[in-house]
Amino acid sequence: MTMIAPTPTGTPVLLGDLPSRRPFGARVLNFFVRQPIGSIGIVIVVLFGLAGIFADWLSPYNPTSNDFAAMTESPSWAHWLGTDQLGRDLLSRILFGARTAFEVGLTSALIGGFSGLVIGVASAYFGGQLDLWLQRVLDIVMSFPLIIMALAVVSIFGTGVQNVIAAITIPLIPRCARVVRSSALAIREIPYVDAARACGYGHTRIILRHMVPNVMAPFLVIVTAFVGQAILAEASLSYLGLGVQEPVPAWGLMLQGGAEEYATTAPWIAVFPGLAIMLTVFGINLFGDALRDVLDPKMRER
Amino acid sequence: MHRYIINRILLVFPTLIGAAALVFILMRLVPGDICLVRLGSGGTSFSTQALAQCHADIGIDRPWILQFGDFLWGLARFDFGISMWSGKPVVQEIATRFPISLEVAVMATIIAVAIAIPLGTISALRQNSWIDLVVRTFSIAGLATPSFWLGIVSILIVLDVTQAISGHPWMPPIDYVPLWKDPLRNLSIVALPAITIGYRYAAVSMRMTRSAMLEVLREDYIRTARAKGLINRIIINRHALKNALLPVVTVIGIEFAFLIGGLVVTEQVFNLNGIGRLMVLSVQNQDYTMTQALVMLVVTIAVLSNLVVDLLYAWLDPRVRLA
Repeated sequence: MTMIAPTPTGTPVLLGDLPSRRPFGARVLNFFVRQPIGSIGIVIVVLFGLAGIFADWLSPYNPTSNDFAAMTESPSWAHWLGTDQLGRDLLSRILFGARTAFEVGLTSALIGGFSGLVIGVASAYFGGQLDLWLQRVLDIVMSFPLIIMALAVVSIFGTGVQNVIAAITIPLIPRCARVVRSSALAIREIPYVDAARACGYGHTRIILRHMVPNVMAPFLVIVTAFVGQAILAEASLSYLGLGVQEPVPAWGLMLQGGAEEYATTAPWIAVFPGLAIMLTVFGINLFGDALRDVLDPKMRER
Repeated sequence: MHRYIINRILLVFPTLIGAAALVFILMRLVPGDICLVRLGSGGTSFSTQALAQCHADIGIDRPWILQFGDFLWGLARFDFGISMWSGKPVVQEIATRFPISLEVAVMATIIAVAIAIPLGTISALRQNSWIDLVVRTFSIAGLATPSFWLGIVSILIVLDVTQAISGHPWMPPIDYVPLWKDPLRNLSIVALPAITIGYRYAAVSMRMTRSAMLEVLREDYIRTARAKGLINRIIINRHALKNALLPVVTVIGIEFAFLIGGLVVTEQVFNLNGIGRLMVLSVQNQDYTMTQALVMLVVTIAVLSNLVVDLLYAWLDPRVRLA
């Protein structure tokens, strides 16, 4: 039922309007009320994100400086999470590690996601030969083992954060393109696209104004999931020695070498960085699930 | 239907050839080659003549196009050549390492299915109850946990527990024995890696089972079955679960294909001499023939499982093949 109600400013507003018409702040508030579990996810992610941004101020020690008088020390008031085999403070390294994780995770997810969006929508909209060939290329990249791709990228261009991002981004592109293409294919069949074409609009306008906004829901959900996957991939690559290199603090790197060697005498070296990875990705996944419930009306009733 | 099947099978070939070209080019873009690794590994100096001789011996001095032609021709005859590193046939090298990787993958799949399908079903049936909440949290945590860290922690726990019980820490043996020769020893090697991989795998399948079940339970035919007065157990087992399993089987199939290639990290943690290890080594040694063969193995498994899934779908759902 629609009613007209007066507002303090005197302009009438339609009550029971579409949810998307409400101001952004109200929608965010609504999300927090409706999705308590997803909100926990956001809180976790924001905490780790802030830890990464303000690592310089928050860290009690320099993450790369060694203290050979305090090697493999158990958690104490001086070192909340203990120290590693080189006497570096684990808490400081985890805080700075959050920066590396989010840098790699967000950049890979955004670049991979946008490239996938462009390829997916173009593939669905233009169809025909272009679609056929793009799909074959995506097939190849998708079936190719990530580890070989990463090894090759690292061997060709060297290690370093940018190259790790490149190695992780490439396999994300086809996964996003697949999802976007299948929703875009369904949208292309809806008459308003034909109507837009009949109005004489160009391809760019139809794609940007009529197709892209309608594939935003699955796109946002998959990009959120990508952030978590990219953080996990970076950790695995760094653990294998193919990702971020010393002395840059990174969670996967912290689990390499020392973690296994000192597993019995100093288990905190192995436990805390892993917990940091798990909690962050857990938070992202909780948020992603809630986002999907909100954006997908079919899931909303559940 | 025949037309669809033939088309779908023919599409496998461009993918395989494309993957072959990709690995061929990638390997050759990596600076240096196996002869430099071999001759220079001792830190000794060597003559350019020796290097040229080495290149000629393994045939990497010829033009790329000829080398690629050889590679494809070899693939067509299932002849993968000789490892440039060990000098032994590639097939032999892979054959000694494949069983352990395959066993871990198969066991992980069994563990995943055994956990995922019952828990996913219960979670869907008791939607929004505390059981559902626990199962969902368990599965989201499974997606968030790096398998190598889970491996490290599980070794840690085993060490501590055995230390507490018997007084001295126990580590799983490293040297592989086939299941039929010494089942106990074999399982003690394979169990932990299988569980750590199986957890993640179970998490993915559990989510799929839950959402597929939720969808099916809202179908009209379930309501009809209820209206007929069928027993709940029969409705769930025969009517709901049977139909919900199709997407679950798809996910399990696709994940299995990725598992073979994704074992690298787990094999590193548990010190297993499987094909994941071999893959990293052969790229680092710039062993072209070995890397190419391994990539083609992984890609072929992935492409074939996709093919099976697609054909299965077409067979079960006429809308797919007519589209």
